[in-house]
Amino acid sequence: MFGKTPPDTTAEPGKVLRRRWRLGEKLIESWIFLAGILTIVVLLGIIALLLKEGLPVFWYTPPWEFLFGTKWYPISEPPTFGITSFFVATLWVTLVATAISVPIGVACAAYLAEVAPAKVRETVKPIIEILAGIPSVVMGFIGLMLLSPLVQSAFNLNTGLCGLTAGIMLSLMSLPIIISVSEDALRAVPYDFREASYALGATKWETIRHVCIPGALSGITAAVMLGVGRAIGETMTVLMVAGGALAVPVSPTDPMMPMTAAIASGIGNAVRGGLQYQALFAIGLTLFILTLAVNLIADRVLERQKRKFAR
Amino acid sequence: MRKRKKLLIILPVVAVVALIVTIIALGSDGGSSIKIIGSNTVTPLSSVWAEEFMNTHPDVSIAVSGPGSGVGIAALINDTTDICQASRKIKQSEIDQAEANGVEPYEIQVATDALSVVVHPSNPVSELTIVQLSAIYTGEITNWNEVGGNDAEIVAIARDTNSGTHVFFKEHVVQMEGLPTEDKSLEYGGDVLMLPSTEEGVSQVAYNPNAIFYPGLGYVTEEVKPLAIMQTADSTGVLPSVQTALDGTYPIARPLLFYTDGEPTGVIKDFIDYCLSSEGQEKVIEVGYVPLQ
Repeated sequence: MFGKTPPDTTAEPGKVLRRRWRLGEKLIESWIFLAGILTIVVLLGIIALLLKEGLPVFWYTPPWEFLFGTKWYPISEPPTFGITSFFVATLWVTLVATAISVPIGVACAAYLAEVAPAKVRETVKPIIEILAGIPSVVMGFIGLMLLSPLVQSAFNLNTGLCGLTAGIMLSLMSLPIIISVSEDALRAVPYDFREASYALGATKWETIRHVCIPGALSGITAAVMLGVGRAIGETMTVLMVAGGALAVPVSPTDPMMPMTAAIASGIGNAVRGGLQYQALFAIGLTLFILTLAVNLIADRVLERQKRKFAR
Repeated sequence: MRKRKKLLIILPVVAVVALIVTIIALGSDGGSSIKIIGSNTVTPLSSVWAEEFMNTHPDVSIAVSGPGSGVGIAALINDTTDICQASRKIKQSEIDQAEANGVEPYEIQVATDALSVVVHPSNPVSELTIVQLSAIYTGEITNWNEVGGNDAEIVAIARDTNSGTHVFFKEHVVQMEGLPTEDKSLEYGGDVLMLPSTEEGVSQVAYNPNAIFYPGLGYVTEEVKPLAIMQTADSTGVLPSVQTALDGTYPIARPLLFYTDGEPTGVIKDFIDYCLSSEGQEKVIEVGYVPLQ
């Protein structure tokens, strides 16, 4: 049990010190236990709050109308709540972000893990970490001022504020996560595999392509899932850059409003406990379930990776 | 050895705590503070007023934020702000909610705004009727050539639902309140961009030759061109300005309001008295809005 130390058979003075030491142990162990429990309590609290504040809206708008309706007019009388456009917008920006960040991220991870000399790896890795640390509002600003005019002229659009611009900025934010986790996965592939491949006469690229990447595939998939999770939850950048149009977007070059931006542009106006407030919490609930699903899949895949190479 | 390690941890913690306590003690010298939350349109004005007032009353600190009139009114109802600045009138349902919470909204008009509709300076269109504006913002009219401009798709820009300007424009222009064509069922079109701030809208219009947006008069810069608004197809177009808002010829002028919980007292009353005084009203013209007379 807590705080037990092996018995000491030396003289008296040692006994008093032993008792104090055990109490310290007990305190620290219970403190750590409480800290761990606190995390779980907070998570359960968040879920409870989302359910409590968000579920009541389904009395007013049935769930299928909420999820598949296309009209979002929260301040009209009577208000209508349909989040299809937001859901599709989230899918679009996530798709664009993933399509850009996965090939680049995995290739970069492969380079850093397999090809790069140690000095290059040591300089490049911190730079990638810095990219991860840039605040999302700065990314939004860069997207607004630099990227959206470029996108507008390159694709001949009416406006550069569209899902494509938002997707590109999001890919810059998921890239560091994908590179980091993929690189760890690639390094975890046992060196024996590579040695065996070289011994059979394969070149470096053939080894990377046929041995390393398939061997690290579970870890790379987990990295992609984490990057996707980041893209789904990003708010400030998409609020500034994705355009904010209410129609269901049919192409990534349409201006659109993902779920996170929809919550941010409405929560200020919503009065606590009112219908719009509940509807926004319901969007939050949907977002939470989506992110949870993505994280659970990533977890499962990572577990498989660990078991594959357990020694 | 153990003692030294303990000291190494305890000493910095104590130092940090002492620092925080000192900072807090120095900060709260018994001075008062005023929170102003609400309209993005009124923010440039209340920021200037706040700065001037703080210069003459150094023990008062005023914090101004402008996420939108809707946010301000919600804060008023939830009793989390001293003054709510709004660019639209409070609705009856919001008054009911406030009273249910024990808050009595007290309205004070502090200035007037001529809501300007702006386009890019290269856009050949220079005047529009309210009916045409409504059709543009519901998505019925999609090309500039339908209103006498170039053959290009219109990029209609609006504010999001946090904004009082969004609501005011919806009621008075999109739904054409007061005109024979009034239709309360009209909504913003699906292709209208809803942006989170007025500055973003103005900068988009300054960049995009096909964009149109409706900022408050105080946000209109040299980089955009205000349109003359015609009440009906036979009236003459009126450009937004201090003069046309004061004499009532500009069709979409609106009051800029402060709401407080009950009649203002103490420091809040002093501040609002300053805003309504002649010096305060001079600042209104400087910022670009319309004073009370």
